Amino acid sequence: MIKKLLSFLGEYKRQTLLAPLMVVGEVVLELMIPFLMARIVDYGIQGEGGISYTIKVGLLMIVMAFFALVFGALSGKYAAEAGMGFAKNIRSGLFKKIQSYSFSNVDKFSTASLVTRLTTDITNTQNSFMMVVRMAVRAPIMLIGATIMAVSINSRLSLIFLISIPILSITLYLIGKNAHPRFLDMLEKYDALNEKVQDFIVNIRVVKAFVREKHEKEKFVANAEQVRDAQLKAEKLVVLNMPIMQLTIYTSIVAIIWFGGNMVIDGTFNIGELSSFIMYIMQVLISLMMISMIFIMLIISRASFSRIIEAIEEEPALNDNNSDPNLDLNDGSIHFNQVDFSYNEDPNNLVLKNINLSIQSGETIGIIGGTGSSKTTLVQLIPRLYDVLNGEIIVGGHNVKDYRLKVLRDQVAMVLQKNVLFTGTIKENLKWGNEHATDEEVIEAAKAAQAHDFISSFPNGYDTELGQGGVNVSGGQKQRLTIARALLKKPKIIILDDSTSAVDTATDAAIRQVFKEKLEDVTTLIIAQRITSVQDADKIIVLDNGEINGFDTHEHLLKTNEIYQEIYQSQSKGVNEDE
Amino acid sequence: MSKSIEKDQSAKGPMSGPKGHRMPNNLGLTIKRIASYMKEDKWILLIVAISILLSSLANVIGISFLQVVIDDYLAPLIGNQDSQLMRGFISVIGLISIIYLVGAATTYLFNRLMVGVSTRTLYKIRLDLFTKMEALPIKYYDTHTHGDSMSLYTNDIDTLRQVLSNSVTNFFSSLITVVGVFTMMLIFSWQLTIIVVLMLALMLFSVKTIGGKSATFFIQQQQELGRVNGYIEEMIEGQKVVKVFSRQEKVLEEFEVLNEELRVNATKANIFANILMPIMGNLSYIHYAITAMIGGLFAIMGTLSLGTVIAFLQFTRNFSMPITQISQQLNAVLTALAGAERIFKVIDEQPEFDQGHVTMVPVEVSQSGDLTEVDFRTGEFAWKEVMPDGSISYTQVKGNVVFDNVVFGYEEDKTVLKGISLYAKPGQKIAFVGSTGAGKTTITNLINRFYDVPSGNISIDHIEINKIRKSDLRRALSMVLQDTHLFTGTVMENIRYGRLDATDEEVIAAAKLANADSFIRHLKDGYQTVLKSDGGTLSQGQRQLLAIARAAVAETPVLILDEATSSIDTRTEALIQKGMDRLMEGKTSFIIAHRLSTVRSANAIMVLEHGKIIERGDHDQLIEQRGKYYQLSAGMFELT
Repeated sequence: MIKKLLSFLGEYKRQTLLAPLMVVGEVVLELMIPFLMARIVDYGIQGEGGISYTIKVGLLMIVMAFFALVFGALSGKYAAEAGMGFAKNIRSGLFKKIQSYSFSNVDKFSTASLVTRLTTDITNTQNSFMMVVRMAVRAPIMLIGATIMAVSINSRLSLIFLISIPILSITLYLIGKNAHPRFLDMLEKYDALNEKVQDFIVNIRVVKAFVREKHEKEKFVANAEQVRDAQLKAEKLVVLNMPIMQLTIYTSIVAIIWFGGNMVIDGTFNIGELSSFIMYIMQVLISLMMISMIFIMLIISRASFSRIIEAIEEEPALNDNNSDPNLDLNDGSIHFNQVDFSYNEDPNNLVLKNINLSIQSGETIGIIGGTGSSKTTLVQLIPRLYDVLNGEIIVGGHNVKDYRLKVLRDQVAMVLQKNVLFTGTIKENLKWGNEHATDEEVIEAAKAAQAHDFISSFPNGYDTELGQGGVNVSGGQKQRLTIARALLKKPKIIILDDSTSAVDTATDAAIRQVFKEKLEDVTTLIIAQRITSVQDADKIIVLDNGEINGFDTHEHLLKTNEIYQEIYQSQSKGVNEDE
Repeated sequence: MSKSIEKDQSAKGPMSGPKGHRMPNNLGLTIKRIASYMKEDKWILLIVAISILLSSLANVIGISFLQVVIDDYLAPLIGNQDSQLMRGFISVIGLISIIYLVGAATTYLFNRLMVGVSTRTLYKIRLDLFTKMEALPIKYYDTHTHGDSMSLYTNDIDTLRQVLSNSVTNFFSSLITVVGVFTMMLIFSWQLTIIVVLMLALMLFSVKTIGGKSATFFIQQQQELGRVNGYIEEMIEGQKVVKVFSRQEKVLEEFEVLNEELRVNATKANIFANILMPIMGNLSYIHYAITAMIGGLFAIMGTLSLGTVIAFLQFTRNFSMPITQISQQLNAVLTALAGAERIFKVIDEQPEFDQGHVTMVPVEVSQSGDLTEVDFRTGEFAWKEVMPDGSISYTQVKGNVVFDNVVFGYEEDKTVLKGISLYAKPGQKIAFVGSTGAGKTTITNLINRFYDVPSGNISIDHIEINKIRKSDLRRALSMVLQDTHLFTGTVMENIRYGRLDATDEEVIAAAKLANADSFIRHLKDGYQTVLKSDGGTLSQGQRQLLAIARAAVAETPVLILDEATSSIDTRTEALIQKGMDRLMEGKTSFIIAHRLSTVRSANAIMVLEHGKIIERGDHDQLIEQRGKYYQLSAGMFELT
């Protein structure tokens, strides 16, 4: 997992190496300072060194501290460059990967979870990375370096290290080990509480309408108590860290003063060395503390790492590696030969069963059926948004798998049911269909989709800014814009998936009229709830539960198809009888 | 994961997080307010304060003993076996040990006690916040996004938790240590303290310049991050459209530009944040070096004793650490206080206004129509009003709703309803038809007093609704709302939400009525299937069926259906029609629908336009009129 992540270092490898290298420089210099101080005390003050030696060594110390500062600052700089560069590369690698996903990959992760991976998880990873290249290098080196210095000054006295280091590490380890599950438990309770609050806020109207405030509060109190208790349980363990740390440091200091003091008295040790010893043991123990903290941080971030890796290692469910790069669509004919489809590739859970269809180029086909009858699924197979489980789909004379995806999807325009407009002007949005479209072409497409009039009524016309998701146009207007966007592609096949549900019947009819007159060569598939939207199609597919129940003209279906009759009756009641 | 367990160290800048730079407006008041939650713990807090003081002093005094040890014992004892001095040395060691023991013990004491105090405090604040949020009017939720409200719990309380359990005690102990160390330094040597003051000035200057730079860049980084995250959100939401239009390459290109801009800014921001710590740490080493050199010279000249110099050197290390800690924690503390301020602002919001005194009680109805109050469910209810003279009047709840010239707007200068008058006799079915924004949903929101009417009058069974206690009024109505939301929990629990004491059989009967039974039985665990994240696994149509079942189980005299079947296809709608008819039987029902087939059988249909009723009558009458309704039914204009 770590290896995979590290492959995103890319051009920032140099900084990634330099940052810890600078840390090493900083630590080494920092380690020298207590040693030099001891020299001043023992040789300068107490020995023969005198003033000139003290000044000389003093200046050396200052210079070293200054260089330590420079190294430290540089390590900070390199760590920032490496960390941000690393984050950038992961972000772009993951984003790129998601662009290569097919629909089924996107379904699998859900958009919300993909967004979290691209945002929060990457931020977490970036912060851990910066911490690791600096702290995680600094602490062990400091630990080892200070120990070496102490041993070289007085190996007998450094036996104190031998006792205090294991005691502190074992205690910290035990605390961490026991605290970890408690913190996980606390976070879980926390999540449960937040979920409860989220539930409450989303449902506020329901809560109030049914007067369930008391009921909700009872649930909340239960959750809040659990959080309180879990938090207490977890934190009361962690608060042991600080006093135990202090106790170890203090005990070591007392031991050094006592044993070291006795050595001084015996004349085998110097006062300056004694006080440098105290500094070294503090550096060692503080480093230990830091290491334990780094471990906790890394454990917390691990979940983020693995979520990112999971999304990066996801294989796109379909690709066009075996396609013929020169193949182009001849016409807009569509054939389904014994097609079975399942979203989870489970033959026992078929969403479409044994579909056989033959649609000639230029035909207009209506598709009708109840919620859950798989209308959308059926048409999504045509631009190969999903692959079939069994059977084949022939579009324009070739299997859809033989085309390059871009070629196929440029020729098969699809207006999705859940359609989206993007931040930008109306014109920019329409040009998604064709980047190089002239203004005339854009207007022509808008006119065909009956959108030109309302666009022109806006003060800025085609340059009107749309908010994210096209929030400032009504549902019916949005649908017409998305149709215009698809028309700009000048496709051979166009699919409208319930794309005029919010458009009034008169406009709906006008759009269909245009399609008939201007797009006679284009194969048109229209999914609709309203019979009126499909009744003058060349043929209508009646889907029921993933199977074709009828495929015929309006008149024939009305006579022969039971489901079609029922739908017709449920809609004609009260509306048409008076006319 | 937003809830990191440990305080973050140097990985983040002094101004981290998107809300980091929002400073609290009224520090004193907010602190006082937090403190008021700790009133019960005031004795504990006193012990905490004493412990912090003892713990910090132990640290400072322990170091100052170095001077005593060196000057009074070690130096004289070198090459001089004086047993008197030796015994003194032992007792000083013993004294230091005791002081340090007290230090470690008090450190544990205040940390442990503070954890208890902070968890209790947070619990209280959380409870207060939730209780208030329940009492807030719907209007509050209209003007505040769900995200903002959630953030109070996920960000603000969480930051407060981290600060209360870690930073507060650290902050005070650091402060005391600094003051203590500085005092000791002054006592030991005023000459060396001059260097301390100079270094302190240099340190503060560095914090200010570097911290300031970092803060500026962090704001920029936050903006870039917002832009990148916004783009990510938009493109991932629209991912299927991107694929249908084969726009992947173009999108990637745009993303790369934004991503690179973010990198540049983030690098700048983090460089400044990252270099602050090493600069502070090493300034302290420079200070140490200078003190060692000058102190050494003083010692040679005899101005200062060796022990003083060595103890002073230890002090310089112990001086910079707490300063660094304070500067680190100051931001955490300020951020937490700003968050606390947001929490208290919500707690101080005006709750829903309710002066109603009329209550709803279950009654038994005798054959002659007399009402007797009972304490069990009979299916019949009465409005109970205690008159000024002490007598009690009962009015049977029938669902006779009257609007008299009601004027209403969500904002003061924007009227949505412009003089609505209508009546619904008990058991009648009233339908509203009209474009989005015409005021249909608003009317139903006034019946249950989600909003109060400034002008005009609404009554139920001839009692003005603002005289009725809100909770009782709402108990008389059940609603199926336009946006169907479900709770995390089983299907059974979700339906039972309509009436908590409904039996399993009653719940299933309600589900059958709503035609939801068959799909529920096809779910993995039937009625025990757990729904998560707002019923995400169900289709919108299925959720609507559950919401209808939920309203059905409530068995209230008045029913409000706001676009209750909008996502159910016409064939299924025809199937549930029978159930709906039974559901509405004997109840006053208000129906809002887009689809005219849904409202066809209503006793009266109101066509609304711009907050006014422009046509009213039953279906046949309206068709006869050849007005707007007729045009609508003929599909001559669009309803948006």
